[in-house]
Amino acid sequence: MTQPTRAVGIGRRRILESSLGIAGGLAVARHGFAAQPAAIGTWPRGVSGDTAFIGITTPLTGPYSADGTDEKLGYDLVIAEINAGGPMARKWGLRGKGVLGKTLRYKVADSQTRPNVAVQAQTGFIQNDKAIMITGCVSSAEAIAIEELAQREKVLNMVGASGSNDTTGKDCQRYGFRSQPSAYMAARALAPVVGKAYGKGVKAAYLTPDYTYGHSVFDSFTAGVKPYGWTVATNQVVPLGTSDFSSALLNIANSGAQVFVNIAFGADAVASTKQADQFGVLKKMKMIVPNISSFQSKQTGAALMAGVYGTFDFWWTLEDRYALAKDFVQAFLKQFNYRPSWGAHIAFSQTMIWAVSVERAGTFSPPAVIKALEASQSNPYDTSLGRVYYRAGDHQLVRPVPVVIGKAGSAMQNPDDFYDVVELVPGEQVMQPLADTGCHLGAYT
Amino acid sequence: MPSVPLLLSQAFNGLALGSLLALVSSGLTIILGTLGVLNFAHGALFMLGAYAIFVVMQATGSFILAMLVGCSFMLVVGVLVERLVVRWFYQRPPEDQILVTFGIGIVVVEAVRAGFGGNSQHLSVPTWGEGVTQLGFLIYPTYRLEVIGIIAVTLAVLWLVLYRTSIGLVVRAGIEDQRMVGILGINVRRTFLLVFAIGVVAAGFAGMIYAPIIAVVPDMGDSFLVESFVVIVIGGLGSFPGAVVGGLIAGEIVSITSAFNSAYSEVMLYAVMALLLVVRPQGLFGTEGRV
Repeated sequence: MTQPTRAVGIGRRRILESSLGIAGGLAVARHGFAAQPAAIGTWPRGVSGDTAFIGITTPLTGPYSADGTDEKLGYDLVIAEINAGGPMARKWGLRGKGVLGKTLRYKVADSQTRPNVAVQAQTGFIQNDKAIMITGCVSSAEAIAIEELAQREKVLNMVGASGSNDTTGKDCQRYGFRSQPSAYMAARALAPVVGKAYGKGVKAAYLTPDYTYGHSVFDSFTAGVKPYGWTVATNQVVPLGTSDFSSALLNIANSGAQVFVNIAFGADAVASTKQADQFGVLKKMKMIVPNISSFQSKQTGAALMAGVYGTFDFWWTLEDRYALAKDFVQAFLKQFNYRPSWGAHIAFSQTMIWAVSVERAGTFSPPAVIKALEASQSNPYDTSLGRVYYRAGDHQLVRPVPVVIGKAGSAMQNPDDFYDVVELVPGEQVMQPLADTGCHLGAYT
Repeated sequence: MPSVPLLLSQAFNGLALGSLLALVSSGLTIILGTLGVLNFAHGALFMLGAYAIFVVMQATGSFILAMLVGCSFMLVVGVLVERLVVRWFYQRPPEDQILVTFGIGIVVVEAVRAGFGGNSQHLSVPTWGEGVTQLGFLIYPTYRLEVIGIIAVTLAVLWLVLYRTSIGLVVRAGIEDQRMVGILGINVRRTFLLVFAIGVVAAGFAGMIYAPIIAVVPDMGDSFLVESFVVIVIGGLGSFPGAVVGGLIAGEIVSITSAFNSAYSEVMLYAVMALLLVVRPQGLFGTEGRV
């Protein structure tokens, strides 16, 4: 009878030991999991190997394809530079090859300047390629649609080229960051320059593309020049992708305006400028282009853009002011045989800033990277535009805005020398008050 | 309410805009009306014409010479497309014809994009079309005024060739009964080829005329393809006079509406088309049940 008793005694001890072991193990495991942030979006699955994937959508066809192609080359350059751990990457603040030691992979999809196509492609990148960051676009309609997707899928979105106030305004998202100056910033930078150049009480005629970008620029520019007593002679609203602007230009020609503000962008800007010249509008009126497309002068010829005021995200002559701009412009020129326009600059600088932010956060986890970006006011980035930071409240980059004037063909020093930077307005001076943006950022998780 | 001079100006502009739309639509309606093929490559061929004149202008500097070379080039393109692809589809269902012509369009657009890139190409107005002309109540670009005349002559010639010579007759008979026409000793295939090529040249010619006005980009034909469909739906599918009248009506709708509010000009165009489809589905000059 002793055997069974012994057996029971050993069994009890074993049960007790096992229970303690399991309990202890669970406690350690719980402690361990608590230190590791919860999985979110494509993290950590997207970076479980040696690589991290970036999903890029940009218009390679459609009215904004020229800007989109330039943007794509910017991504090609920056991702190669980051992966190689080259000298530019180190100057921007990155350490070693890749980001946190991971090689960046990417694919570029043609968004055709259509928001639905862009969203479809980015959804594929998120689901199939586990994209850890999505970026690209030239139109604000695309930008806003991708931002919404990013927020829903909890994947970080470094917005490409987008000028609408809504991108960091009523449609802002916790997961979206925009580096291009908003329409408000561009208008605030441009208004004093044109107010001084053309005087007070000017009647202006507007050509406005009928979507978020066009309306945003119109509202911001008219508000910007109001202190100078400028009035609206006519506002001709036309669909995006219009080919023949004759009826709108006829109204503008007959409006009695002294200034023609052409808000059309991309191929529409080229066509409308050519036609404005043919209708005699450019002889009667001074043209202003609040946001000049990347290759507008190249496509219309310098003569039509000579003396035209406007703003850019970036113009290559800023290489004379910023060392990092010079590195970027020269590297781009060497590789692609022309000086980069601002589509390429947005792609290059935003990707660098994202990579630096990931290394600052020490993880690809989107909430941690977002917090690093939001904390950049106290720790600004050294960039091709000097020291810049994202405003935490709306995720708009606080950065200088270049105001430019078109040069005459005879004054050009090289084939890309279309503009002179007449003012470089500090970002803080032109930021829209946060309360007026209508931005309510969503949740981190 | 816009002033009377502005309304008159817009009415005149509607005429110019309409004549351009009529020219663009004519190539589409010629091929549809005579061969029964809905040519979805129309926009791409329009674009190809614009690039053809751009290339020759770069080389020669002569607009007229560029037009002649461009038309010859489009004729060759038309012959090749018909011989190599389209002729195999005359007896196929319309959905096959739409798919194959759509495919041709994609190939043409992407080939041009591969060759020239996505940037807009710069083509100036010819020297004889530079400047503006004072017309009393309005100032109008001289080139657009001249274009109205060029288009009027072109459309008249096209109409005479297709509808007042035996070519049109043979084609129509050939569509009804190809074998019978063949038995009568007429080479129907050659006539089909000729008509298709004329349609392609008309599309390319419209692109050439438009090239100095609009942005010459690989996608420039997209919006014109859609507008051409609207025009021929209004005028009547496959009707040549319908395309001319439909073009003029479309031009006037866009132009007059924009005198009141330019944001509604395209909406109004589609609204009129929708209304017409309800009231007279065959279009103004179309025949019910026959394309």
